[in-house]
Amino acid sequence: MEHIVIIGNGISGVTAARHIRKLSDTETSSAQAKKITIISAETDYFFSRTALMYVYMGHMKFEHTQPYENWFWEKNNIDLKKGYVRTIDTHSKTLHFVDGDTLTYGKLIIATGSKPNKFGWPGQDLKGVMGMYHKQDLENLELHAPNNKLCKRAVIVGGGLIGIEFAEMLNSRNIPVTFLVRESSFWNGVLPDGESEMINRHIKNHHIDLRLSTNLKEIISDENGNVKSVIIEETGEEILCDVVGLTAGVTPNIDFLKDSGIETDRGVKVNRFLETNIPDIYAIGDCAEQHEAIGKRRAIEAVWYTGRMMGETIAQTICGNRMAYKPGHWFNSAKFLDIEYQTYGRVHSTKNKPDYEQHFHWKHDDDTKCITVAFDKNTNTFLGINTFGIRMKHETFDRWLTEKRDIDYIINHLAEANFDPEFYKKHEQDILATYTNQFKSAKA
Amino acid sequence: MSNKLNESMSLAKPEANNLSLKQKIAVTIGLIGLLIFALAIFNTNFPNKTLFLSLSIGAISLGTILFANDAYLTKMEGIKNDGVWFKSISSRGVLAWATGILLTGFYIILYFFPQYLGQTPSGEPNTGLISLFDPLSKLLNGNPASQWFVYGTLYTVAILVFGYKFMLKYRHNRYEQLRTASVMFFQLGFAFLIPEFMSRLNASPDYNLPYYDLKSMWPLNYYLFDSWSVNGLLSSGVLGFLMLMFGIISIFVISPFLTYKYGKRWYCSWVCGCGALAETAGDSFRHLSSKKLSAWKLERWLIHTVLVFSVLMTTAVIYTFLGSDPNKFWLTRSAFLLGVGILLTLVFSMTMIFKRHELGKDARYGAIGYFVVIAVLFIMHYTGTSDKIFLIKASHLRSAYGLYIGSIFSGVIGTGFYPILGNRVWCRFGCPMAAILGFQQRMFSKFRITTNGGQCISCGNCSTYCEMGIDVRAYAQKGENIVRSSCVGCGICSAVCPRGVLKLENDSMKGRTNANEILLGNDVDLMDLINKN
Ligand SMILES: Cc1cc2nc3c(=O)[nH]c(=O)nc-3n(C[C@H](O)[C@H](O)[C@H](O)COP(=O)(O)OP(=O)(O)OC[C@H]3O[C@@H](n4cnc5c(N)ncnc54)[C@H](O)[C@@H]3O)c2cc1C
Ligand code: SF4
Ligand code: SF4
Repeated sequence: MEHIVIIGNGISGVTAARHIRKLSDTETSSAQAKKITIISAETDYFFSRTALMYVYMGHMKFEHTQPYENWFWEKNNIDLKKGYVRTIDTHSKTLHFVDGDTLTYGKLIIATGSKPNKFGWPGQDLKGVMGMYHKQDLENLELHAPNNKLCKRAVIVGGGLIGIEFAEMLNSRNIPVTFLVRESSFWNGVLPDGESEMINRHIKNHHIDLRLSTNLKEIISDENGNVKSVIIEETGEEILCDVVGLTAGVTPNIDFLKDSGIETDRGVKVNRFLETNIPDIYAIGDCAEQHEAIGKRRAIEAVWYTGRMMGETIAQTICGNRMAYKPGHWFNSAKFLDIEYQTYGRVHSTKNKPDYEQHFHWKHDDDTKCITVAFDKNTNTFLGINTFGIRMKHETFDRWLTEKRDIDYIINHLAEANFDPEFYKKHEQDILATYTNQFKSAKA
Repeated sequence: MSNKLNESMSLAKPEANNLSLKQKIAVTIGLIGLLIFALAIFNTNFPNKTLFLSLSIGAISLGTILFANDAYLTKMEGIKNDGVWFKSISSRGVLAWATGILLTGFYIILYFFPQYLGQTPSGEPNTGLISLFDPLSKLLNGNPASQWFVYGTLYTVAILVFGYKFMLKYRHNRYEQLRTASVMFFQLGFAFLIPEFMSRLNASPDYNLPYYDLKSMWPLNYYLFDSWSVNGLLSSGVLGFLMLMFGIISIFVISPFLTYKYGKRWYCSWVCGCGALAETAGDSFRHLSSKKLSAWKLERWLIHTVLVFSVLMTTAVIYTFLGSDPNKFWLTRSAFLLGVGILLTLVFSMTMIFKRHELGKDARYGAIGYFVVIAVLFIMHYTGTSDKIFLIKASHLRSAYGLYIGSIFSGVIGTGFYPILGNRVWCRFGCPMAAILGFQQRMFSKFRITTNGGQCISCGNCSTYCEMGIDVRAYAQKGENIVRSSCVGCGICSAVCPRGVLKLENDSMKGRTNANEILLGNDVDLMDLINKN
């Protein structure tokens, strides 16, 4: 019986395990049967990392973030092992754990995810400075910021998706938050200006002290090694605080592979088949880095969906149907405080927009809903859409992208893609009117 | 997994749970209203009952309204679940247990010891709490209050004021607002005011108006076919006959049709009084329902057992009733039994023929229930002349049902345990109406909850806040539509989803249940390969 060992019990590792079990279950001959072990140093059971914030906010208990009940693993014959892998001996196919334990594998899947970036700021290792990635970060936050008596102010450094979630978390406990964002407008490396500016206003409406074009210089310690304050690079201003959240992106969590002979750069280098340079070793999820980017995708994609899709694909390869990772059209989603965001296809930010890409932007008067539709200005082909505060259908846009519809078609058929709950006010007419105004009059 | 991460992890309490000054004032006002009730229970003699009744109901309403205004109107529109699992009242803390015990105690007294509320033998003037309600009762129906009038009034007030709170909480969500307005309307009009007015008119000898709460359908309204009810309706001429007919048509025509078009939500979340209380006063407890697979199993056994019980009980009651005066009705006992038998066989065989492939284990429960009923019918028929089934009199069966199901299950446990087991315990585990509508919804309805391609991040908000204990995420993360008999279509899973994954919809029956192994977003060939298998 072949032993498949997976390091990491996040979405990528668990999806791989589930699909391998499904595929290997159907094989009756014992030669095809597979023993599966998932290793993690973080938690006993798989949980949804994306839901960590809701535990701190009191929407859910930690147990609610676990998508499968505890009996699920045994029932499906998936072994779980808690422990931290220190090194891999690829010759003897053996894993060495920190506690001295060892485990041999037939095939190994590395799915170790990411860790928060730290850019060498002075004071970045003080007590009260933390990222927001692992369950331990959440426990650490609970320790340092249980309420606004013990944490009088928190400073968040880095204006990405995790940064704004971190700010929302603290805000839910009425802890004042100062939010330092390097860019001139929130997430404007990704979002077009109209959207980014709307989110700036939304953040401020939630009484979060948003500081744009602002960098962290250093973190100052008190006499006990706790955070006392931060200093702003640009102005030299000192902001007193008890917690500093570092959310300036993530990098693959692969330090333990250094001397293993497995080729790494920022992440574990893989080919299209998610194979590393060493036979029988694969890498998926946040920690995998493609030799060459697929289409317009990045070589490392630290998102939930990528981990899941890689897990689905690798299971095929492991079970004898060698398959390349070929993701479909890009999509993603997030929530900025009270505003939901979905994206389908590619919409570039105003500053990173290629020449051929043109945008149609519509914003609702209430300043919480807007859409941006990107199209090729030469061919009018639809390239992608960002939607804020209006839910839209993945399936519909995926089809339109495949069919290479033009912008006119999209705007005229937007109602088909609407996914808002029943009785919600519809905005398609208004959008169409704005579109006709902006473009038809311009072209005429 | 340990749940340590929450309360116990930090010794200090999260600040956000603390009530604001305005909220504290609101709570005090509300408590003053309740205090008046408490004093009344202990027979304080209020000089002016009208004034004090108005004061207490006014204070309770005002307190709730002020509280809701401060909790929701001071913040931006959006999901308001911050601190739900930290607050004592909504996380099975001390407050929750205290409330649960109080409520349970209230129901036990209400059903079994009304004398402690001041109910007196008929003819004598009321005392205690019930007498406090005399002025309102006289105003509406001309008679002194009864324990049921007090209960009905409090029930309606609760739905109205907590309905207001709910509408503020979801002021960004029109679906939630509309259905709440709808249950408030049906409760106030159909369940409360209209019956009271009717009974006032009937006090005069010129009128003999038939009345019952028209929106309350058999088998939820299990007494519809009791002899007093049927006799009462039939004694008031054509109108009464029409009402009885409406009751029967509701069961066999109107309700299946509406459920086909909209799912059982048309009733459970838009009309029903039990649902109304659960969705309004019970909203703070929706996340307490168990999501375990074992709870789902228990649910299916229990609810179908209650259904079988209620079908048997009703059949026996009608059977006995028909026998009381054989010449009075065109329907004979044998014809009636035969009719019930044929109907059940029809439903059973149609399901087996057309929906076989959609049935899993459910089929077995269905089959068992079906055989029990048929067997009993058979026995009833051949033990003929006596009005006993299994040597039990129909009237005993009926009172057992009334006691165990009607009072203890739906009242004491169903509502009293809100703060511990969640707000839809009755609807989920006990209601025979929900079982029938659920069966229709599962087998033959356009309703489903659609999932949005590959967007689910398995966060678990939907499952946590599903009051029916449905593990919505289990479907959503597979990109599979949710077609479940227990779903009452409250729409909260869709509301709380941070990624816009869920949508309640009525669409064609075709492709309603879709199982996907690979979600949208991945290689199209792989999707085809896997999902075709
Ligand atoms: C707060 C937050 C919010 C997010 N929200 C979104 C979102 O809304 N949408 C989205 O698309 N993405 C989101 N993401 C990103 C997403 O969660 C990740 O892309 C995804 O979880 C990565 O999954 P993975 O399986 O690759 O790795 P992980 O989930 O990181 O799992 C890796 C596991 O391996 C363990 N491990 C690592 N090294 C070792 C070792 N040597 N030995 C033993 N165990 C080891 C780690 O402890 C960890 O448990 C969010 C991330 C965070 C932190
Ligand atoms: S599945 Fe959704 S709509 Fe149905 S009962 Fe549960 S929360 Fe309500
Ligand atoms: S459907 Fe929505 S709420 Fe439910 S798990 Fe998925 S993302 Fe979370």
